[in-house]
Parts: sequence; structure tokens; C-alpha cells
Amino acid sequence: MFKKLVIPAVMISFTVASASAETVRWARAGDAITMDPHAQNEGPTHALNHQIYDSLLQRDMSGAIIPSLATDWSALPDNPKIWRFNLRKGVKFHNGASFDSEDVVFSLNRARADGSEMKELLSSIKEVRAVDSHVIDIETNGANPLLINNLTNMFMMDKDWSEDNDVTTPHDVAKGETNFATMNTNGTGAFMLVSRSVDEKTVLKANPNYWGKDNYPNQVTEIIYTPIQSSATRVAALLSGEVDIIQDVPVQDLGRVSSTDGLQLATAAQNRVIFLGLNTVEGPTSELKVRQAMNIAINRDSIKKVVMRGQSDPTGVIMPPFVNGWTKELNKYPAYDLDKAKALMAEAGYSSGFDIVLNCPNDRYINDEAICQAAVGMMAQIGINVTLDAKPKAQHFPIAKGGDADFYMLGWGVPTFDSHYIFNYLVHTQTEDRGSWNPTGYSNADVDAMIVSLESETDLSARNDTIAKIWANVQDAQMYLPIHNQVLNWGMKSNIDFDVQPEDQPHFQFLKFN
Amino acid sequence: MKHPFLESDLYYNFKRTPIAVLSFFVFLIIVIMAIFADIIAPHTPFEPLTLNLLNGFTPPMQANEFTGTIFLMGTDDQGRDLFSTILFGLRISLFVGLMAVFLAMVIGVTLGLIAGFVGGVVDTVIMRFADIQITFPSILVAMLIYGVAKGLLPPDLRYEMSITVLIISIGLSEWVPFARTVRGSTLVEKEKEYVISARMLGLSYPQIMVRHILPNILSPVLVIATITFALAIITEATLSFLGVGVPTTKPSLGTLIRIGQDFLFSGEWWILLFPALTLLLLALSINLFGDWLRDMLNPKLK
Amino acid sequence: MVLLLVALVSFIIFRYVGNPVDNILGQEATMAQRAALEDALGLNQPIYLQYFDFLVSAVQFEFGNSYRGALPVAELILSRLPATLELAVTSAVFGVFFGITLGIYTAINRGSFISNFILSSSLIGVSLPTFLIGVLLIWIFSVELNWLPSFGRGEVIDLGWWTTGFLTMSGLKSLILPSITLGLYQMTLVMRLTRAEMLEVLKQDYIRLAYSLGLTNKQIYFFHALPNILIPVITIAGLQLGSVIAFAIITETVFQWPGVGLLFINAVYYVDIPVMSAYLLLVGFAFVIINLIVDLTYILIDPRLRDNQLKSER
Repeated sequence: MFKKLVIPAVMISFTVASASAETVRWARAGDAITMDPHAQNEGPTHALNHQIYDSLLQRDMSGAIIPSLATDWSALPDNPKIWRFNLRKGVKFHNGASFDSEDVVFSLNRARADGSEMKELLSSIKEVRAVDSHVIDIETNGANPLLINNLTNMFMMDKDWSEDNDVTTPHDVAKGETNFATMNTNGTGAFMLVSRSVDEKTVLKANPNYWGKDNYPNQVTEIIYTPIQSSATRVAALLSGEVDIIQDVPVQDLGRVSSTDGLQLATAAQNRVIFLGLNTVEGPTSELKVRQAMNIAINRDSIKKVVMRGQSDPTGVIMPPFVNGWTKELNKYPAYDLDKAKALMAEAGYSSGFDIVLNCPNDRYINDEAICQAAVGMMAQIGINVTLDAKPKAQHFPIAKGGDADFYMLGWGVPTFDSHYIFNYLVHTQTEDRGSWNPTGYSNADVDAMIVSLESETDLSARNDTIAKIWANVQDAQMYLPIHNQVLNWGMKSNIDFDVQPEDQPHFQFLKFN
Repeated sequence: MKHPFLESDLYYNFKRTPIAVLSFFVFLIIVIMAIFADIIAPHTPFEPLTLNLLNGFTPPMQANEFTGTIFLMGTDDQGRDLFSTILFGLRISLFVGLMAVFLAMVIGVTLGLIAGFVGGVVDTVIMRFADIQITFPSILVAMLIYGVAKGLLPPDLRYEMSITVLIISIGLSEWVPFARTVRGSTLVEKEKEYVISARMLGLSYPQIMVRHILPNILSPVLVIATITFALAIITEATLSFLGVGVPTTKPSLGTLIRIGQDFLFSGEWWILLFPALTLLLLALSINLFGDWLRDMLNPKLK
Repeated sequence: MVLLLVALVSFIIFRYVGNPVDNILGQEATMAQRAALEDALGLNQPIYLQYFDFLVSAVQFEFGNSYRGALPVAELILSRLPATLELAVTSAVFGVFFGITLGIYTAINRGSFISNFILSSSLIGVSLPTFLIGVLLIWIFSVELNWLPSFGRGEVIDLGWWTTGFLTMSGLKSLILPSITLGLYQMTLVMRLTRAEMLEVLKQDYIRLAYSLGLTNKQIYFFHALPNILIPVITIAGLQLGSVIAFAIITETVFQWPGVGLLFINAVYYVDIPVMSAYLLLVGFAFVIINLIVDLTYILIDPRLRDNQLKSER
């Protein structure tokens, strides 16, 4: 299964284009928090760092893993605990230093150090060793067949540069630390940092010595990145031609953007599912029949049609389609059936309904508050009197994970593209180090054991069987009411040819002008 | 017998100032429509059971493509009839504005009277306090109070309390102009003979302040109250833009405008236009009326 | 004293806004990590201890690092201050200039159609919330007409300790819409005040005397009446500067203007306590300074006040 990937999925040779100066002005809602590649595990931070730093492997526009600084990799046939990576030769950092296995060992150890937010993703690693100047081995504690899934956002830094500038460990945001790497960079990526003013403007220019010159179009010579928080202003900036590409186009403005001369939309499914969580321990929602009634009282089609303007993919499972374990059957959502829902409510002894508070973020997911509002109306149809409490994410998340909420909204992206990531956070019983986002009170010792067993199962078909079993349990327990998978929309000038990446990370070396 | 008010200068002038008459009646109509929203409104938008999401984004006076229903001013993103929602939203906005002004007036007038009449250390302390208060302009104060209230109240109470919190936060941030004006007027009044003689008669301070000074300084208070009323309604709208307003399931006029501005570029103009126009008419009529009132009650400008 | 209270208010209040831990750690954090972070931030100390720590460092102009941006708060605020100050000053100049001009015009041409039109339409400006005016301006001038930029400061020139948008074309163009949005309220206020003062001054004896001496209208308006109304008008405008800074929060949010107001609102959303507290202290400090300057100008300008001051001190 994990053989050498000899030919990358995307490998287009362009030799002429990089000559002319082409600036791309790029805007999205939020700025990166830091330029230190291991200090934060967060979308906008990774997206900006991806322009400057490379990882050993990367995901292409379809989400498939392709080579980057490693040209090929495999687990050793005689020892599945050891992964061997062959590194790309002739790669130079922005400061001219050569990239070799010392840098990889250094960077992975840095990402595992205290203060790193990336260390959970590498928790299965026992040791990283240099075999020779361009070969490294990663030894894991148990066999970890999915290790490479965790390496796509694991950026490589230059060992000497880091030592010279005293940034051999990530700055620990928790301790209020900051370091040289917060505002300064030295990567191997397609772009070099020219200037940066947080929340205002970051300028990048093309790296003249980029190793991927012949692998990607590389037509962009300069990137001007400006975060614009207000969605109306962001759309206005695109409509008036002040920026060339924006992420996070509000769904109501998609029509306007696509019908404007000189602008176009690029659309793709996002790796993020939106759902409502329920308290399974206390109150009326502890009745399975009530949860089932609520599930079929949600009219997913009309949410898609009106609130999302067609830009969503309704689902019956809390798993985006990219994820290992996803099936069409699981994804199928139940028909909207008010009569059956009312009957279930009556059977559960709640024919006259009950009162409940729905906690909802209002600045996190696409139209989050409007979806919750629609849910209020739908729950009213089966007698449930819902009070909506919508708040900024800073105030919503502590409630949503603290267990204070009986009914709340959450969205979940799966960076490893594997079901285990969902189970570990949302299904496992809430303990010290697992189930941190499962405040529903759902707790099943068998399921917990199965989740843990996934981590060391090397037989992939047996592993997939276990995954299917866990999903069957989750679907029966119905502690989550799935709504839909989000759809990503990037608005851009018509002369830009660029695919939407499912993790919402534009990789500008892939961008082409036409 | 005519009521004495009908023969007063004020009423005479009012009759002869068309803009005052017009603004007064516009205001009156808006208030009446808000009060009788239950009777006038064709729908009950605050009742989630009666909503149908499929009615969402229906343009004014056009049949909805799924349900065939026609709405006078169209519907918003949740399928609520805009006309009805505006009426019920007006109610909230007017109530918040009125109560906030009332609160500001009570605090401001009381503190202003005491500061002006008692003087000395009390005066210094109160006016210093006013200085600190004004350091934080109204929206900042409101955000602070809102933050504290949200933190202190249990989650299920927060919802009920959000309107009260708005009233308190706007009220608390607007008392200073009242206090300053009242203090100024009191300083003048207290040197007048009627106050001095009342003092000699041995009346208590509160009695003198409330019975004798207060009636004589009411007209500037009235003018400030009018202007603050308009300001309070707009502050409520601004706060909802910053995310600290009333919940969207029971929107005020300001919340409606905040929702509507999201649809400015997308062609659903009615969701912004009608609530904004209503707010404009309301605030404008109050301001114009307040203007006229100030001109009338301020003899210097005659 | 005032500052101390402001500091207390700002610090204590924001302990209730939310829990910064979740924002720092992100979705994947475990319970153990959360506890460790709360420990590291000192969030589980008694509140008065936290406040004391804060006060001590505030005096040393040391606010610590922003929870979100991982940069020193003092540095962050200083780098954002030029943007806000340039916006505030431009909008104040806009407000005062047009306010005084229109105020004089409407006073001189009292009751004329144009005057009434100016007066009523200026009320429209203060009868709509600021954010809506901003969005409407963007819609008209950026999206539909495509004349002016909708966001940011344009090209700025770095002078080392100050960044300015005054020196480039795009910087100046970027200033127009935010300044109008922010200055509209000011303008209306100044205009109405100017008009009222002007009407009063024009009734004074010395103006009548000037008329009888045969001076032209222009001479009277600009050399005799205007200087007399400037003092109260500028005082009020100065005192309003505090609320200009507050309303800059909204303007900066709408126009993505990279100033301290935007910094503050983001700090509120991300529960970035050091930034919030430092911002409030800054506003308090600015206001105390403005108050002081206004008080001093009063005393300088008005000899009677100076005498009073002396008397009361005796």
C-alpha cells in the first residue's frame, strides 16, 4: 500500500513563465499568528508558512500526499516501526545554506520539543536518525502505518540558522514567549519573506533558487497578503479589483462575484463537517428517541438551499468524505420526517416538548449563526423550545468543550484524513488526554478500547473493519446531529488558474495565469 | 375651555413650524405602530414555530418560489416577514432607548443636583467621577459592562438579561451630559432668591432640590433627553454590530441592520433598506424635534 | 488616580470576557495541557495578585506579550498608534474644517433653502450607525464607482519610529473614506455649535458697532466674529477626541484600518487580556492628557478663570 511514489500527481514543467513579474494580492479573514513554523497548529498560520517553508511531503489539490523535500519513502520491509525517507538533493535554504538530513533531524526534534504545538502529531515517534546526508529514518514506538499523514504541515528549518539566531526551540505562546523566528524566516519554499506587519500586510517574493522551479508553474513573483476581517469589505476589495484572490467568500456574495466581469469562483469540498452535539447523560436529550427525533426534524435540504445557497454537502455522519472510513452509506442522511419525529417525541414521553439552550459560535463556520437560527425554527416544529445563545468563538469553545452545554454547534476538520482523529477527540470518553472535545457524556468502554487499538494496528483491512464498527456505534448512539460538510469558495480574477485545496491552503507555486 | 397648553407659546410655535409638526407625527406613527405591533403585523416573526425557512430571501411583493407566499417588504435570511420583524424590532429598540435615557436621566439629574447644590468635596468627587466616566466613551463602557454581565450571569439567564444589560450599559454611559448641565443650572438657581428663602424657612436639602430647583431646570434636561434618546437607539445598533446586542432570534432594529448589511452586495437590498430606513426616520424625527425644542427652550437663540 | 481606577476597571473586567486558554491551544489540546497553560499564564492565581502584577509592570511600560500575536504588547501598540492617530487627526481636521465652514454659512444665511438643506441632511449623518455609513461608502465609492480603496492604509512610508500614509497617493486616497465615516459625527456637532455661537455673536454690540462703522460683511464675519467663536468650538472638538478614538474601533473594523482600535476588537474576540488592558490604559491616558491641555488652554485664554483659580487656592 505504501510503496514508493515515483511520479508526483502534479508535476508540470514550465520554463518560460517565471520571467515576467506577476504580483498576486491575496486576502483572507485572518492573519497568521506567528511565522515560527512549529509554534502554532492553526489554519491561516500554516497557509502562510507553506509559501516559505516546505515539509517532507505535501497534499496536492485533491488531498493526496505527494513528495516535497522527501522524494520517496517507505516503511522498512523487515521492521514496520521504521520509516525511511530519501531527501531531495540540491535544495538550498533562502540564506544559501544546503538542506540535508541534519536539518530534518533538527526540525522534527524541534517540532517535538516543549512549546511546540505540533508535538501531538509526532507523539508516536521514538527517534529520528540521519542515515547519510540525504537519507533519514524515523522510528516509532509501535508500528504506525499512518505516520506520513502527520508530516504534511511539519516544516523544515535550517539547523545552523536556528542555532545562530537562538531559535532551536519554538517560542511557547503559553509562557508569553517570543523569538527571532516569530517575524523572521529561512525556509526552502517557493517564496521569501520581504516584510511583515501583523494583521496589516505581509509581502513575499519568489525564491530565485527554488528547488521546485521545474516541478510547478511558479508564475507568481510576488505575493502581497492582507487579512481583511469584515466579510463585506473583503468582498468589496475583490469586486473593486484591489485584491486578486480571496478565501472565505460569503455564500450570499458568490453570485455577485461569479457574475462580475473579470472575476471567477473556484469551488471545492472542504475537509470540515458541521454538526450539533447533545448531552447524552442529563435532561431530555439523554433519551435516545429524543435525539433520533431531533435528527430527523432537521431539514438539511432547506438549510442547504436557503442558508447555504446550495454551497454545502448535507451529510448523515460527522466525517468529511476525504477521510479514511467514509462510505456512501454512512454519508446518507435521514429523510426529513416531522410526523415520525413527533411520534418519537411522544414515545419518549415528551409530546409537549421541552426547553433547551443551543450554544452557537457566530464567527467560526460559514453562516454558523444562521444555521443555528434555522435549527431553532425546526426544533419548534416538534415542540422543542430552543433558546439560541450565539457568541464569538473565544467564548463559545470553552462552553462547547467544557460540558456546560446540553446542545451546541461544532465543526471538525480532519488534518490526518483518518477516522481515528475524529474518534480520539469526539467519541472517546473524556479523559486526561483523550476525548477532549466530547462533552456529550457518551462513554463506551468497548469503543474506547477499539479507538486505542487503531493506533498500533498494522493490518489495514482489520483496521478499517474496526473503524467501521466504531462508526456503527456512533451512528446508533446519535449523540451528534450531522448537518453538512462545508464547501470552500475562493474568489479570484478570471486570468488566474488555481485549484481550491481541501485544507483551505493556497500553495502559490501551483498558480497559473492565463 | 381650552387646555392652557393649547394657548402656550410653545404650542403656537409648534403649529407654525412644519418641520416640527412633521417630525413629531412621524415619530408618533412609528411609536404607535410599534406599540400595536401585535395587531398590525401580519406575521409573528418572534415565534419560531410559525417560520418556514423556505420563505427566506423573498423579494418584496413577490411570491416565494417554494411556498407562494407574498410579503409586503419581503423576507430576511430566515424567512421572517420583514415588515412584521421591523415592527417587533422597533419595540425592542424603542424600549431599550427609552429605558436607557430614563436611567441616564435619573442618575445624571440626581448626581448633578447634589453636586451643584451641596458643592464642596461632594461636588469634586462627583465631577471627577464624571471625568473618569467620560474617559471611556459610550460604546467602550457598554462593551465593558456587557462583558462583565455575560461573565457573571449563568448561561440560561444571559438571554433574558441581554436587553436589561443593554439598557444599563447605555444608560450608565450617557449620564454625564445630564449631570453636567443640571449641575451648571443648579449653581445658577441656588443663588436665586426663592432658593435662599426656602433655605431660611428650614426646608431640607432634598425638598429644596426636588420641589424647587428641579422644576426650574427641566427644560435643558428635556432637550438632552431627546438627543440622548436618538443616540441610545443608534448606540444599540452599533453595539449589535460589535456583537454585543440582542439575540438574532428576537432582533432589534440595529440587529436587523447588522444582518442586512451582509446582503448589500448580493442584491437582496430590501433586507438592509427597510430596517435602515425605519431607523433613519425614527432617529431623524427625534433629532429634528429635539432641535426645535432646543431652539424654543433656549431663549438666547430666539 | 484616574489612571489607577481605569487600570483597575480594565483589568478586572476583562477577566470575565472569556478564557484565553482555548484560543491559544486550539482544538487539539488535552485537559492536562489546558491546566498547564492556565498555570503558566497565572490565570489561577487570586485576582488581586494578578492585578498587582499587572500594575507593577504597567508602571514600567511592560505589558508582557500578547497572547495571540506572541509579540510584546507595548511594541504592538506603538506600531499601530500612527495609523489610528493619522486617521483621528485627519477626521478631526475634516470635521472641524467643514463643521466651521458650514456652520458659518448656515448662520449667515439663516433660513435660506440651502442652509435648511445642509442642516437637515447633516442630521441624516448622525441618524445612522457609523458602521452602516462606512459600508454604504464602500459600496458606492469602491464597489460601484471604483474610485477609492475599500480597505487598509495603502502605501505607507516607514520613518523608523512612525509609519505615515500622508506621503503617498494611495495612502492619501485610503484615508478619505475612513475619515469621512469617522468625522461625520464630529462635523455635525461642530457645525451646529458654530452656527449657534455665530448667531449669538452676531447679536453682540461690537458687531453692531462694526456694521455701523461701515465694515464689509466679509471683514465682520472673518475678522471679528470668527475669532470669538473659535475658542468654544475647538474646546468641544478637543474634548470629543476621546470619543473619536472609541468610534475608531468601528471605523477601523469596517475598513480594516490597521490601528489600535482594530487591535483592541481582535483582542476582545481572542480574549487577549494584556492587549485589552493596555489599550484601555492608553485611552485613559490619552483622555487625561487631552483634558489637561484643554484645562490649560482655558486658563491661558480666559483671564477670569485664572483669577478664580488663584482666589480659590487662597
